[in-house]
Amino acid sequence: MFVLVVGGGKVGYYLSKELIENGHEVVLMEKDRARADQIADEIGSIVVAHDGCEGKYLGEAGCARADIVAAVTGDDEDNLVICQMAKHHFDVRRTIARVNNPKNEDLFRHLGVDEIISPTRMILGSIEQDIPVHELLHLAALGEGELEIIEAHLQDGSPAVGRPAGDLTMPAGCALFAVIRDGTASPLRSDMTLRVGDKVIAIGPSECEAMLHQQLIGGDPEAATEG
Amino acid sequence: MKIVIVGCGRVGSVLAEAYDAGGHEVVVLDVSTRAFDRLSAEFQGSAVRGDGTDEDTLRRSGAEGADAFLALTEGDNRNVMAAQVATEKLGIERVLAKINDPVRAAAYAELGIATVCRTTMLADSVSGFLGLPSSGVPSMIAPSGGHGAHAHPPLSSPAAGPTSAGASAAGEG
Repeated sequence: MFVLVVGGGKVGYYLSKELIENGHEVVLMEKDRARADQIADEIGSIVVAHDGCEGKYLGEAGCARADIVAAVTGDDEDNLVICQMAKHHFDVRRTIARVNNPKNEDLFRHLGVDEIISPTRMILGSIEQDIPVHELLHLAALGEGELEIIEAHLQDGSPAVGRPAGDLTMPAGCALFAVIRDGTASPLRSDMTLRVGDKVIAIGPSECEAMLHQQLIGGDPEAATEG
Repeated sequence: MKIVIVGCGRVGSVLAEAYDAGGHEVVVLDVSTRAFDRLSAEFQGSAVRGDGTDEDTLRRSGAEGADAFLALTEGDNRNVMAAQVATEKLGIERVLAKINDPVRAAAYAELGIATVCRTTMLADSVSGFLGLPSSGVPSMIAPSGGHGAHAHPPLSSPAAGPTSAGASAAGEG
């Protein structure tokens, strides 16, 4: 397969290298001559030291016969134009754009870029996965640290949902005292039926956390990382 | 009419002042506040620091419902992107992008974006001065009717998908 890579930064460099190792034909376009020379020294004369946004050079680099064009520069607008030029001017079948600003993903898709790779979104997704959304949140420690204020965000599957607060079995010395619903805080009355989305605030010794978890989040506290 | 100008460079600032003086509602955007130094004290329109390729920024600066949108930054690609955001996301009908690369200008004109190419324009002026034949390429290409949105083939149509892109793009050309 013939892949035209535009942008000789870290991404373009390693991408080209991997593609070559996998037996593909690669041309890499990098407008900065010094950087282009440096890459050519390392991986051979596959580098065109010109701006891949410029139609003339895109044509000279063989865009018209490329199976895939991958636009991986650090500038979203450049990547968009490279893909659109490849697609509409050179009839390239498959275009891939790196998108740095996640807000641009929809626009690029709408404008006909076939594949969108968003490093920002990927890292963001990874970070969000690491934050246990089903866990209890420790808001503050009181006194010498023997008492804690803990928040539980009620999700689907919580055994507390649909039940009046007074029905819940609370560990000794632990009290549910407030609920935040639709952004408004109010004291938690025992006849109040709990709903998905409620944030229930509890106060108690840290030993009661497992019990709180069981009552408000559900399941085994150790296994509560799904989702 | 309401005119949005992205890029307060030489051309952008001259037009912003001219249209403002002509009684139009002008919004001019630039990523650098220093660019607004080009505007005279008489300028009554609004000058907004922000990225004209960003949909939210454009909406916040009041670009929605504009009668005309001119993308005149020094970067061809920024202009192309801003013009497409204006057409596709904001639904502005009269959109013009300055594209100095003649190949890119022609390609985007084919996609229904009105383009103006300073390179061709200057080259033709010089040739005209010398009495030599011009390039024959129009420096200003306004797709049919001059309304980007209507002449615009839907870029994300199923026909533009990976399997049939070659055939459909060839047909458009």
